[in-house]
Amino acid sequence: MSETNSGGREFADRTVPVILQINGIKHELQLEPRVSLLDALREYVGLTGTKKGCNQGACGACTVLVDNERINSCFALAVQYQDREITTIEGVAHSDQLHALQAAFIECDGFQCGYCTPGQICSAIAMFEEFKQGAPSAVTEHLAETEIEFSEAEIKERMSGNLCRCGAYVGIVEAIREAFDKEAAR
Amino acid sequence: MSSPKTERRFVGKSVPRKEGRDKVTGAARYVDDIRFPEMLYGATVRTTSPRGRIKEIIFGENVPWDEFTIVTAKDIPGENYVALILNDQPYLVEEFFNHTEEPVLLLAHEDKFLVEKARRSIRFEIEEFSPVFTIEDSVNKREIIWGEDNVFKSFLVDKGNVDEVWESADVIVEGEYLTGAQEQLYIENNGMIAIANHEDGVTVWGSMQCPYYVHKALIKLFNLPEEKVRVVQTETGGGFGGKEEYPSMIAGHAALLSWKSGRPVKIIYDRAEDMAATTKRHPSHTRHRTAVSRDGKLLGMEIDFTVDGGAYATLSAVVLSRGTIHAAGPYLCPNVRIRSRAVATNAPPHGAFRGFGAPQSIFGLERHMDKIAKTLGLSPEEFRRRNFIQEGQTTATQQVIHEKVDLSGLMDRAFELSGYNEKREKFAEQNKSSRLKKGIGFASFMHGAGFTGSGEKYLESVVGAEATEQGNVRILAASTEIGQGTNTIFGQIASEALGIDYNLIEVAKPDTSNVPNSGPTVASRTCMIVGKLVESAALGLKQTLVGSGFLKDSGYTSEDFSNACRAYIEKHGALKSFSKYQQPEGINWDDEHYRGDAYGAYAWAVYVAEVTVDPTVYEAHVDDFVAVQEVGRVINPVLATGQIEGGVAQGIGYTLYENVVWRDGRMANNQMTNYIIPTSADIPPIRVFFAENPYAYGPAGAKGIGELPMDGAAPAILSAIENATGVSINHIPLVPESLMEELETETI
Amino acid sequence: MRAYLPDYELRVPKDLEEALAFLANEPGMWKPFAGGTDLMVLLEAGKLEHTKFFSVWNLAELRGIEVTDESVTLGALTTYTEVRRNSILQEEFPMLCVAARETGGIAIQNRGTIGGNIVNASPAADSPPALLAYDAELELLSSKGARKIPYKDFHTGYKQMKLRDDELLTGIRLPRTTKSLRHYYRKVGTRKAQAISKVCFAGVAKIEDESVADVRIALGSVAPIVLRCEKTEAVLRGKSVDERTISAARAALINEIAPIDDIRSTAKYRLRVAANLLEDFLKTVRDGELN
Repeated sequence: MSETNSGGREFADRTVPVILQINGIKHELQLEPRVSLLDALREYVGLTGTKKGCNQGACGACTVLVDNERINSCFALAVQYQDREITTIEGVAHSDQLHALQAAFIECDGFQCGYCTPGQICSAIAMFEEFKQGAPSAVTEHLAETEIEFSEAEIKERMSGNLCRCGAYVGIVEAIREAFDKEAAR
Repeated sequence: MSSPKTERRFVGKSVPRKEGRDKVTGAARYVDDIRFPEMLYGATVRTTSPRGRIKEIIFGENVPWDEFTIVTAKDIPGENYVALILNDQPYLVEEFFNHTEEPVLLLAHEDKFLVEKARRSIRFEIEEFSPVFTIEDSVNKREIIWGEDNVFKSFLVDKGNVDEVWESADVIVEGEYLTGAQEQLYIENNGMIAIANHEDGVTVWGSMQCPYYVHKALIKLFNLPEEKVRVVQTETGGGFGGKEEYPSMIAGHAALLSWKSGRPVKIIYDRAEDMAATTKRHPSHTRHRTAVSRDGKLLGMEIDFTVDGGAYATLSAVVLSRGTIHAAGPYLCPNVRIRSRAVATNAPPHGAFRGFGAPQSIFGLERHMDKIAKTLGLSPEEFRRRNFIQEGQTTATQQVIHEKVDLSGLMDRAFELSGYNEKREKFAEQNKSSRLKKGIGFASFMHGAGFTGSGEKYLESVVGAEATEQGNVRILAASTEIGQGTNTIFGQIASEALGIDYNLIEVAKPDTSNVPNSGPTVASRTCMIVGKLVESAALGLKQTLVGSGFLKDSGYTSEDFSNACRAYIEKHGALKSFSKYQQPEGINWDDEHYRGDAYGAYAWAVYVAEVTVDPTVYEAHVDDFVAVQEVGRVINPVLATGQIEGGVAQGIGYTLYENVVWRDGRMANNQMTNYIIPTSADIPPIRVFFAENPYAYGPAGAKGIGELPMDGAAPAILSAIENATGVSINHIPLVPESLMEELETETI
Repeated sequence: MRAYLPDYELRVPKDLEEALAFLANEPGMWKPFAGGTDLMVLLEAGKLEHTKFFSVWNLAELRGIEVTDESVTLGALTTYTEVRRNSILQEEFPMLCVAARETGGIAIQNRGTIGGNIVNASPAADSPPALLAYDAELELLSSKGARKIPYKDFHTGYKQMKLRDDELLTGIRLPRTTKSLRHYYRKVGTRKAQAISKVCFAGVAKIEDESVADVRIALGSVAPIVLRCEKTEAVLRGKSVDERTISAARAALINEIAPIDDIRSTAKYRLRVAANLLEDFLKTVRDGELN
């Protein structure tokens, strides 16, 4: 590899076509293979709701959903996510109608500065799915059981990949419970 | 003028955050979400050793340097210092440098990957000088690295005559206490965008707590008139003190690159750079020598408090001031001498972090109070109760407490809510046979709200209120929303004062071209000091409307008020009202002797922590936390509770997890994977209770709240660990490696 | 800005054959890229030496968990989430499930793979101690053919392993001989979740007539490689678990491991905690409290 092929501009000949399906919209992009899914979303598609906190998978601010599963988008390469259904915070609400979790985060004060919030909400959405599927976590005592109690310990453990330095954890857990109960009641 | 004092329609209620919807939908715009056409990306090239002289800068090969904008100290149009208190910190190193993360030159290019490659290619030819890394070496002047004696600032507080108590004292107890550095670790890294040129002047947008600090610094850096400098706060992803002073540095750098290149320039720090280069909490060292009577009364306290300020003075003098004043705590003692100093080391400057010196000195004091109690054979609570300060008594600075303070009552409440007494007994029994050891402990403390001493008087903060064409009221203040709820609280205070709907109040985005200087967003002053100005500015607006006949003095509806605003604007064009801070009467502060009314008001608190210690792996975990405090009137209970929970969470991190690993004056674990902050799984239920005692000079009776919760966790947790293990520990962070050293005295 | 994404090439082979061809044609030049949970960190810190990668993420051949009467074989791309959710693994190889559950947050568990965890060769990895204690065997494949190697012989030094330049790790085989064993796994990492291990202990034992009939112990973060502690095992085999045996085993373990000081912990801490965990393990399996 030649030493001069270093900049994005000079590197243009090394780009590859990538089709990303984001919030129901197809985006045809021309990306260098090194572009993370996070940078693709923020810099190439203009969806800046997904945040960069550490860029090394340690804070969870970049959490997005891929086929309803949560991943750290800073860790993922955009080229690995061709043709998968990607959902970001911008795609969570239905037009003007906030997602139950978004509404609950406001109501229960599940944030302060708001920077980790998009990641928290995406993470919690996937967590609901995981619960429905009966997937155990590190604090689940009876692994074989399919019905897992939606306890505070379970929520805290399952949300531990999303750091909140404002320390709004109490509100976050409350918001998640509230939204979960509302969904269950429906 | 009538103010609706009886009917509180919005104060005391938990109205939702003004910016809530934007934050949950991803619509809120933080600085890195903003892009300008033709924008360049900037990077900072920093020194790589702790102290020395740069002889030569060597630019690497295989970088198209002609495409880069390169700025050195020579390009600075005005003064090469970050204007703050002593103006000793340069924007860019000219020749001599004093820590490993000092900016030397700046690079900008449109390709951010290439900027990084270029940054990495630069090397310095250096003459190394001998550095100083510890408080001890600095105090002992192993090298003189700053001024004549390495001392940025020192204070002396003297009450009574402490020299006379030692001889007659029944018991004298000495102790030494240490606290470490702490990284603020806001999840949004620092960042700025600048557009600067000769014609229009300098405009910056970015993440910050104090727009007018940045404004002042840029005026000096560019030698421009103030109207030629504009500072705009973008949505800010946490600050905690960490975005108080350093944004002035980044703003200056971005502006210098823009000034030279003629294009917009964005500088966004990544996590590694932000952690290594920007400020952290001051490490501290406290020595106590205390005289007590056999019956447990404090007779004399001699306190020596030293903080490590890092390489430049920055805010160390004021951090030291707050730490000094809080060093003797909420106790009555007739004879007190506190000597304190902030000293220089060759580390990046330490700076503001929630609590601002108070958590450090309160940690030492509260651990020491436990030690004295033990020496006297009293319970820690009984010893406190015999010495709690009461109304009419004086603090260490001889401030007479004019409010009804009831720390014993707060303690009763905290003990009742936490089950303190029962658990003390239960754990003692259980620990005899169980592998895991449980304990419960507490701390009692106070925190002064607003700037220290005459600070508020000199600041002369101003807040405006204006009527809008839509018939709303817009608050104009430079106080920033950084997650703590500024916008919401201001909305509540104004709607309360005017007796109109909360949704009619807008809060202007801090932009120095549009809002007056309401002072920095620090020191738990936003609600109590600035909020009071919001209240009076809003009332001024109303007064004009009433005086000019557009509004009845009372008995109007929100709609009437809106109509009056619109009518006034139609007739007169605009309606604005400004209110400037005036110190309440009876507040006297003697700066020279550090004596008098240090703060307008104090918040008082007793916090209880319950822990489990696992002796197999030497981990301590907080199982339960009760925070009881008196903060005047609570304006928004949910937001206030959030402030306490957040401060306690950071306090738990400070105590048990957050360890800055220093290597040659540089943070070695500057990654989120290796600097451990608590996750949701590490934070216990935090049960928050407010005792309300309205403060006459606060808006609707409110006092400050933001920093208080940072003070109590560390001493309460260490007291609980002592209860669990029987071992008294005098330093934090108490990571498992340190706890092992304390619990295991024999070598393996 | 410090994060640095150097120039590199990433290809996406359409199948396993094409992937092996990358390795065969330019041995040593190409590295597989799976979930990226380790590689992206190094890459962005500018610490990754390699510049040519091929994505294996979509290779169906490397996915799935295959169960026979004798063994369970995990495809190299089995994610922690898949491990965590598998009922046979939960029942027969619980330590592996615990390790998977404690590796990062769930978003990481959705991307991180067992194969990646092995070939990244970090001594602080969470699942390798469990794999060592379960006597795992690795399946390696190159265009020349397949071979198997006991996992305990795989790591040879810090980031060194018996993996040829043209080879790909394809599967991890676990013998189903764990039914009569007692399992003990503990990861130690300052905070409760999302931690990088400072010491990681995995042990299985079979207790018959109050003495140790079989025992396998492995530790992470205490040596340049994840270490199977056979000398300590030898001290224990055939002995009854009493204070004397425990103390002899502690002494043996302290001699067998060689922890270091680093930014995460100290050698002293690691040494003592490893010995404490061994003791806790022995007492737990003796007293019958299964993990």
